[in-house]
Amino acid sequence: MFFPISNAHINPIYLAVVGFLIGILGGFFGVGGSFIAGPALRLMGVDWNYAVGTDLAHIVGKSIVAARQHRTLGNVDLRLGFIMAFGTIGGAEAGAQLIQALKRAGNVNTVVSFVAIVVYFGIAVFMLWESQKTLRSHKKRSPKQSAARGAQLKVDHSAFHPVTQMIQRIKIWPMVDLPVSGIRQISLWTILLVAFVGGLFSGFLGGGAGYIRMPSMVYVLGVPTHLAVGTDLFEIVISASYGTFSHAVKGNVDILIALVMHTGAVIGAQIGVVATQYFAGPKIRLAFVPLPLIGVAIVVYTLVTGHKL
Amino acid sequence: MKKEAAKSLRAFAIELAIYAVFVIGYFFLVLHLLGEWLYHLEAQRRILYAVVALLLIAGQAVALDAVTTLLFRLLRGRWR
Repeated sequence: MFFPISNAHINPIYLAVVGFLIGILGGFFGVGGSFIAGPALRLMGVDWNYAVGTDLAHIVGKSIVAARQHRTLGNVDLRLGFIMAFGTIGGAEAGAQLIQALKRAGNVNTVVSFVAIVVYFGIAVFMLWESQKTLRSHKKRSPKQSAARGAQLKVDHSAFHPVTQMIQRIKIWPMVDLPVSGIRQISLWTILLVAFVGGLFSGFLGGGAGYIRMPSMVYVLGVPTHLAVGTDLFEIVISASYGTFSHAVKGNVDILIALVMHTGAVIGAQIGVVATQYFAGPKIRLAFVPLPLIGVAIVVYTLVTGHKL
Repeated sequence: MKKEAAKSLRAFAIELAIYAVFVIGYFFLVLHLLGEWLYHLEAQRRILYAVVALLLIAGQAVALDAVTTLLFRLLRGRWR
C-alpha cells in the first residue's frame, strides 16, 4: 500500500501487527510503545521525522481505547491525569529546548545516549529489586491471607512504601486529595514535578516516556499499580495529542499510517487491559523490567553502529 | 475453568475474523478515498491537517472500540 504523505510503500498487515503488539504493551503497562513503533517504521523506510510524529498520532488512538477500557475497570484517576498533563507538556517543551542547547554545543547524541542508558538501566534494576522484595515478603504471609489474594489484586504492596509515605508527608501548599488513588493529601508541586520529569525525558529522549512516568507514579506518588497504568494512559491521550498537533503542523505526521497501525492496536490494547485483571501490582512491575532494557539495547546499538534504528 | 477459557478463545477468534473483514474493507474504501484529500491538505493547509488528523485518530479509536466491544458482547452472549 502506498502512503503518499510520507512517500512510503508499506504492507498494511505489517502495520496492523506492529500496532497489535504495541497495543498489548500499552494496555498492560500503560506505555506508549514508541521504542518499538519508531524502529518498526524506520525498518520500512519511513523517514525519522515521520516515524516520530506518526508514532505519536498512533499513540493517541491506542491510548484512547486502553484508557476507556481501564476506566470501565475503575483504573483511571481523572483528577491526577489532568494535573499531570500540565506538568508533562511543560517538561516536554523543556526537554526539547535542552536538546536544542546540546545541538548547539555539538554533543547531543553522546549526552542523550549516555543519559538514556543510565536512566533506563537504573529503572530496570530498581524495579527488579523492589518487585522481587515485595513478592518475597508477600509469600511469607499466612495461607489465609494468600487465599484472599485473588480478590485483592488491586491492593498494592511495595517495598518502597516508607519512602513514598515520606514524600506524601511533604507539606508545600496547595495540597490536593486523590480519593480515587487512595491518597489523602499530597502537594500539587510533587505531582507536577513527577509529571515534569516524565515530560522532560519525553522531550529529551523521544517517545512518551511511560517507562519513567508509570514507575514514578507508583514509587513517588504512591498510586496503586493498576491505577498508575490507567491514569498514565489517560494522561498520554492529552500529552500525545499536543505532540501530534505540534508535529503535524511541522509536517511530521502521516495520519494514514497511524490509522492503519491503530486498527491492530485496538484489539491489542483490549487484550492488554483485560490481562491486568489477572496480575497483582508487584507482578506487573516485575514484568515491566524488560521494557527499559529494550530501550538500553536500542541506544547501545545506535551508539555502536552509528545507525539510528 | 478450561471450558470457559476455550469458549472465550473461540469467541475471540471469531471476533478477530469478523474484525479483520471490517478492517480490510476499511483499508480499501475509506483510506483509499481519504488518501488523496489528506495528501493535498497536508501540503497546503497544515493547521487544518493537524486538526483533521487528531479528529480522525480519535474518531477511529472511539468507533473501533465500540465495534470490538459490541462484537465481543454479542459473541460472548451467543457462546454462553
